[in-house]
Amino acid sequence: MDLYEYQAKDLFAAHGVPVLPGRTVETADDAAAAAAELGTAVVVKAQVKTGGRGKAGGVKLAQDPDEAREKADAILGLDIKGHTVHRVLVTTASDIVEEYYFSFLLDRSNRTFLAMASAEGGMEIEQLAVERPDALARVAIDPIAGVDRAMAADIVARAKFPAVIADQAADVIVKLWQTFVAEDATLVEVNPLVRDPQDKIIALDGKVTLDENAGFRHPEHAALVDERTENPLEAKAKAKNLNYVKLDGGQVGIIGNGAGLVMSTLDVVAYAGERHGGVKPANFLDIGGGASAQVMADGLDVILGDPDVHSVFVNVFGGITACDAVATGIVEALQILGDSASKPLVVRLDGNNVIEGRRILDEANHPLVTQVDTMDNAADKAAELAAASSQGA
Amino acid sequence: MSIFLNENSKVIVQGITGGEGTKHSTKMLAAGTNVVGGVNARKAGTTVTIGGRNLMVFGTVEEAMKETGADVSVVFVPPKFARAAVIEAVDAEIGLCVVITEGIPVHDSAYFWAHACAKGSAPKPGAPRTPRTRIIGPNCPGIISPGRSNAGIIPAHIAGAGRIGLVSKSGTLTYQMMYELRDLGFSTAIGIGGDPIVGTTHIDALEAFEADPETAAIVMIGEIGGDAEERAAEFVRANVTKPVVGYVAGFTAPEGKTMGHAGAIVSGSAGTAQAKKEALEAAGVEVGKTPSETAALMRQIIAGL
Repeated sequence: MDLYEYQAKDLFAAHGVPVLPGRTVETADDAAAAAAELGTAVVVKAQVKTGGRGKAGGVKLAQDPDEAREKADAILGLDIKGHTVHRVLVTTASDIVEEYYFSFLLDRSNRTFLAMASAEGGMEIEQLAVERPDALARVAIDPIAGVDRAMAADIVARAKFPAVIADQAADVIVKLWQTFVAEDATLVEVNPLVRDPQDKIIALDGKVTLDENAGFRHPEHAALVDERTENPLEAKAKAKNLNYVKLDGGQVGIIGNGAGLVMSTLDVVAYAGERHGGVKPANFLDIGGGASAQVMADGLDVILGDPDVHSVFVNVFGGITACDAVATGIVEALQILGDSASKPLVVRLDGNNVIEGRRILDEANHPLVTQVDTMDNAADKAAELAAASSQGA
Repeated sequence: MSIFLNENSKVIVQGITGGEGTKHSTKMLAAGTNVVGGVNARKAGTTVTIGGRNLMVFGTVEEAMKETGADVSVVFVPPKFARAAVIEAVDAEIGLCVVITEGIPVHDSAYFWAHACAKGSAPKPGAPRTPRTRIIGPNCPGIISPGRSNAGIIPAHIAGAGRIGLVSKSGTLTYQMMYELRDLGFSTAIGIGGDPIVGTTHIDALEAFEADPETAAIVMIGEIGGDAEERAAEFVRANVTKPVVGYVAGFTAPEGKTMGHAGAIVSGSAGTAQAKKEALEAAGVEVGKTPSETAALMRQIIAGL
C-alpha cells in the first residue's frame, strides 16, 4: 500500500525524522486556518499518490492565510494524472540551500535491501539513475545487521553529502531505517531531503510503501487506507476478501483460480478481443484454491455489478480444487443471485473431476451459461458475446 | 533422475497438525512421498495418523532429522511463524526447505534468506555466500518429481514422469502446463512462488535441469514484476544447451497494481511482460502467446528429439 505524503511524514515524525510542521485539510477555509496557525508563509501541497505534482500545479507557495485559501481552492479538485485532489497539506515554507536524495527499498534481484543516496536531489530518481549514475550511491543492506550509526556514516560518505550536515544526515538515515523496519515498509523515500539556511536537515517530501502481508503486525495501518479514492468495485470485493483489480476500458468480466492463471486469462481474452472489435478484460479476480459456492457467488456479484461488463469468463483449472465442486458453486451462485445475474457466462473447466463438473453444468442447463472446453476457445466465445452485447447496447 | 527431490527423499512437515498441513500430508503420502514425520513444538512426542500411517510429531526440525533421517521439510505454518520455522530448518542444516505459506511479510523472507546465506558458504572466493539449505518459495506450490516424490501441494494426478522440466512462478499455471503436456510427462516441476523474494530462482532450476540427464527440454513460466525472467534469459543464453520454451503472464496488467501475487506488479516501466518476453526471445527461447501455444511449442521440440 502506497501512502500519501502526509501519512509518510506522520510516520517519519513518529520515528524522529525531522519534518516541517503542517496540517492536512480538505477545504480552502481550513487551509487558511492552518496557515494562520502556522503563522508563516506556507506551501499548499496536493495529496495524491503520483509524482509530478509540482508541474501539474499541485504545489503552491502562499504568503498569508488568504493566499493559502486561494491556492488551496485552486488545487482541491484538480485532476493530476487521473488522481483527484481531495486533500492538501499546508506546511511551513522553508528556504532551501541544497537538496539531496535518500531511500531504503527492497532489492528483489539481490534478495535484500538497498540504500540509495545522492547529494544531488530534487529530480526523479529514475532520471537521476540514468543521467547521473555516478552521483547515486547504491549500498546493499544486510537485513540482519541493519543500519547502525557506522553504516549510516558510510552511506553518507559514499553519497558525498557535505561535511557540514554529515552527522545529522547519518542520524536521519538511522531513523529512516528504523521507520523502514518497524513499519514493515518496502520503500521509504525522501526526495528531497533538504538543508535549510541554518544547516538543518529536513525531510521535505516523503514516499512510503507498506507491505500488506505484514498487516497482522500493524493493525494501526488499516486506518491509512483511503476508502474515498478506492474504486467502489474494488472496495466491495475487498470487503468480501476477494482478490480483485478493476481494469479500465474492458468489457469481459474474468473469474479464475490462481493469480498466474487469472493474469494469463486476461491476456488470452485481450488477444481474442482483437478479433472481436477490440473488447478487453474488465477485471482481475482470483477466487483462489477453495472456490466454494459462496465465494463464486460473491465474485459473480462484484463482476455483474460492473456496468462495463457485457460477458463473464469463468476459467478454472481443477488442481487442488475439484471441477464438480466449482460447477456446483456456479449453479448455486446463480441461484443465490437470481434475476441480478443477467449477463452471459462462458465457463471453462479442466483438470480434476472435469467430466463430473461439466455434467453438473449441462444438467443445470442455465440459459446464461455456455461451456467451452479450452481456455483459448472460451476466451474467444466470451469476447464474441461481449462484442455482440456492447454493439447492441 | 530428477532435480532437488527424488525417491530417496525423506520428508517432514512443519505444521503437520494444522488443517493445511494434515490435508496435504495425506495427499503427499498418497502420491508415494516418503513422509516420515512432522514438527510442532507444542505437540512434541505425540503421533498423528495420516493416510493410515502413524507419524511422529517432533519438537524441532533437528530432532526430527536425527530420528528419521529426513532431508526435506515442507512448511505449512501460518505467516507469523514462518520466519522462525525456516530459520529452524536452516539451522538444522536440512537439505531442502519448501515454504508453501502464503502471506509472509517480505521483511521476514529477506531475514530468513540472509540467515540462510550467512549459514552457507561462498561457491568460490569472493563470491556471495549461498545457502547450504535449498529454500523453495515462499508462497509456492512446491516441487514434484512425478512417480518419485511430491513435496508441497502440486496435485500428483495431473501428469506422470517424463523428460520435461518445468519451473514457474505460478501454481495454477504449473498445473495447467502439466495438464497440457500430461501425455509427455515431467522429470520435475517446481513452483518457485510469486513473492518479491524467493529462495530458488528460475536460474537455479535451469542450471539443475541442464545438468539432469533425464531432463530433455525445459518449460519456464514467468509473470510480471522484478527482473527474474530477464536474468534467467541471460543465463539460458550463456549456459543452457537444452531447448527451453517460455511463457509470460500479465501483458494486460496495469502499472502499479498488484495482481494477486505480492511480487506481480509493474513499477513504472520495469517488470513488464513485454520486456520479459523480448529478453527471452533474444536469448533464443521460444515464447508462447498462450499456455496452449507454449505447450504446442514444447510438443514440437519433444517430437523432434
